Amino acid sequence: MFGKFGGQFVPETLMNALIELEREFMKAKEDESFKNEYKYYVKEYSGRPTPLYYAENLTKQLSGGKIYLKREDLNHTGAHKINNVIGQVLLARRMRKKRIIAETGAGQHGVATATICAMFGLKCEIYMGEEDIKRQSLNVFKMKLLGAKVNSVISGTATLKDATNEAIRDWVTNVDDTFYVIGSVVGPHPYPTMVRDFQRIIGDEVKEQIIQKEGRLPDYLIACVGGGSNAMGLFYPFIKDKDVKIYGVEAGGFGVNTDKHAATITKGSVGVIHGMKTYLLQDEYGQIMPVHSISAGLDYPGIGPEHAYYHSIGRVKYEAVNDDEAVEAFQYLTKEEGIIPALESSHAIAYLMKLAPKTNKEDIIVVNLSGRGDKDINTIFNVIGGIKDE
Amino acid sequence: MSRITEKFNILRRKNEKALVTYVTSGDPDLDTTIRLVLKMEEAGADIIELGIPYSDPLADGPVIQRAAQRALSNGTNINSVFDMVLKLREKTEIPLVFLIYYNSIFRYGVEKFLDNCKKYGIDGLIIPDLPLEERKELKEMMKDYPIDLIPLVAPTSEDRIKEIVLDAEGFVYCISSIGVTGIRDDFKQDLSKFINKVRKYTDIPLAIGFGISSEEAIKKLKGLSDGLIVGSAIIKEIEEGIKNGNIEENVFKFVRRLHEAIKN
Repeated sequence: MFGKFGGQFVPETLMNALIELEREFMKAKEDESFKNEYKYYVKEYSGRPTPLYYAENLTKQLSGGKIYLKREDLNHTGAHKINNVIGQVLLARRMRKKRIIAETGAGQHGVATATICAMFGLKCEIYMGEEDIKRQSLNVFKMKLLGAKVNSVISGTATLKDATNEAIRDWVTNVDDTFYVIGSVVGPHPYPTMVRDFQRIIGDEVKEQIIQKEGRLPDYLIACVGGGSNAMGLFYPFIKDKDVKIYGVEAGGFGVNTDKHAATITKGSVGVIHGMKTYLLQDEYGQIMPVHSISAGLDYPGIGPEHAYYHSIGRVKYEAVNDDEAVEAFQYLTKEEGIIPALESSHAIAYLMKLAPKTNKEDIIVVNLSGRGDKDINTIFNVIGGIKDE
Repeated sequence: MSRITEKFNILRRKNEKALVTYVTSGDPDLDTTIRLVLKMEEAGADIIELGIPYSDPLADGPVIQRAAQRALSNGTNINSVFDMVLKLREKTEIPLVFLIYYNSIFRYGVEKFLDNCKKYGIDGLIIPDLPLEERKELKEMMKDYPIDLIPLVAPTSEDRIKEIVLDAEGFVYCISSIGVTGIRDDFKQDLSKFINKVRKYTDIPLAIGFGISSEEAIKKLKGLSDGLIVGSAIIKEIEEGIKNGNIEENVFKFVRRLHEAIKN
C-alpha cells in the first residue's frame, strides 16, 4: 500500500496467485543469480545503460537550465517498456509458467512482451483495444511477426482500460499456467511495486550519469504519466532527495476543461480500477469514464497508486499538456535535436518547453525520453499533413 | 435473523435446496426488472440476486457484461435501482441480494449506501472484487446493519477458505471453477472435494455459482450444496426475449424448469 492507495481489489480466484507472485518476487529480488540474469539481458539484449544526452540546442533555444534527455528511446523495441518485461518474464520462467499474457495500449508493451517471449520461446497472447489496433497498426504487425497472438478487445471503449479488463479476465480463467505481465505501475499489489523495481534502473542510471557529468543531482525531473511506469522509474531513486523538483505530465487531450482528456490526477477522484485504489476518471456513480489522448499510451483513466500517493503528499507535481502542445513538441524535438520522440514522451517535452524558460542557467533539468516516435508517424502525418519541400 | 437465513432454514426443514437467480438491474429497463423478479419468484426462485450494472466488471463474462451495457445505456444508476427496490418491496418479501463492484459502493459513499440498503430492504451484498484483505473496514461498518456480507470462495482459495468463511453471513458463494461468469459445459470432478473442504469450516449454507445453465447441471450439482446460483443463462433468456418480445415468459418458463430440476 502507498498510503491509502493501492491494494488488491480482485476476484478471490486470483488472490493466491498474487500472494505467490509476491513471495516469488521478493525471493528473486534477493537472489544474486536472478539479479545478474536481469542485468545481463537489459545490457546485452536491450542495450543498457541508455545515454543521458546533453541537449545543447534545446538548452540554447529555451534559454533556461541545462537540459538532459534520458534516452530510453534507444532501448531495443523502442521504449522503456522492455526493462519491466525482461524482469517479469524472467520471473515467469522461474515460476515455470508456460503462457504469457499482456495488455497494451500504444503497443510498446505488447511488442516488448512478444519480443522477450520470442527470445525465450514462450507462448504469448496480447490484449489490445480495437481502437488502438487501428491507430497502432505497425506495432500490431510487429507483435504478430514475433509470434504473438493479438486479441482484439471490443468491450467498453475498446482501448487500454478494456484491454486490461480482458487480460485480467483471461488470467482469472487460466491462472494455473499463465503469467500476466502488466505493463505499467498499475494493477493489484504486488504489480505496482514490482514494475517500479524493474523500472528504477532508469533513475538509478540517471543519478550515476548526472553526477559523472555535472558532479551533482539535477534540479528538475520531468516525465510523462499514463499508468506512469517510465515516470516512476525515473522518479523513485530521487524521491528522498528533497531538493529535486519532480514533475509528472498527464495527457490533457483537447483540454482538461473538456470531456476529452486523460488527466487522471488533475481532474480525477479516488476510486478502484484494475485491482487498485487510486485516482481515476469516473462519473458520480463510479462508472469509469471514456478518456482521450492523441497518444494511445497515455489513454488510460487510472494512474499508478504510488503516483497517487506522491501527489497526495505533495512530493511530485502533476501537470497536464494538451494534444496540440504534444504535437508541437514532437516536431520541435525532431527538428532541433534530430530525435523523433514517441507521442507519450512529447508530452514531457511540451512541459519542458513551458518550464525551462522559467529556470536559471545553472539549473539542471532531466527529461525522460521514454520512447521513440516511429510508431506515431501515421498519427502525426494525419494531424499535420504532408510537409512541403523548400 | 435475515430473510436469507430464514429462507435457508425453511428449506432445510423441508430438505430442499435453494434456487438463486440473477438479473442485472435495468436490463433492458427497470420496470422489466421488477416484473422479472416477481415472475422468477412465481416460477420458484428462492433468493434473487440483483446486479448493479458496472462499466468494468472484472469477474463477469461477455453475457453479463452485455447486460450491464444495456442497463447503463438506458441510464440505470444506483439511485434508480434503489427506487426500483422500493417499488419491488411493496410486492414481495423474497430475499434480495445486490451483486455490486466495490467502486460503486466506494464512490456512492459506504455509509449512505448501507443506510439505503437497510431502508429499501436489501438483505445481502456480494462484492466480487473485495477479497478478505480488503473487506475488513466494510465488515466492521456492516455490524450495525441487518445486511449479510456474502463471501466468495474459489477453487484456488485453498488455505484461505478457513478465514474467508470464519464470520460468514447469509450463505457462502462457492465459485464452481476458475474463470469469469458464463455458461460452462462441464464441471470438474473435484468440485465435490472443494465443497467438502468449505463445509469443514462453516455451518452456513453453501451455494454454488458460475456456469450453471441447465436442468442437467442442476441435477448433477444439487446434491453437493444448499443452493445453486444461475446467472448468465437467465440473461441469455432475456436476450432471446428482447429479440422476440417475450422476455418475461421466456424467463418464467426457464426458471420454472430449473425449479422443477432442483426440487424434485
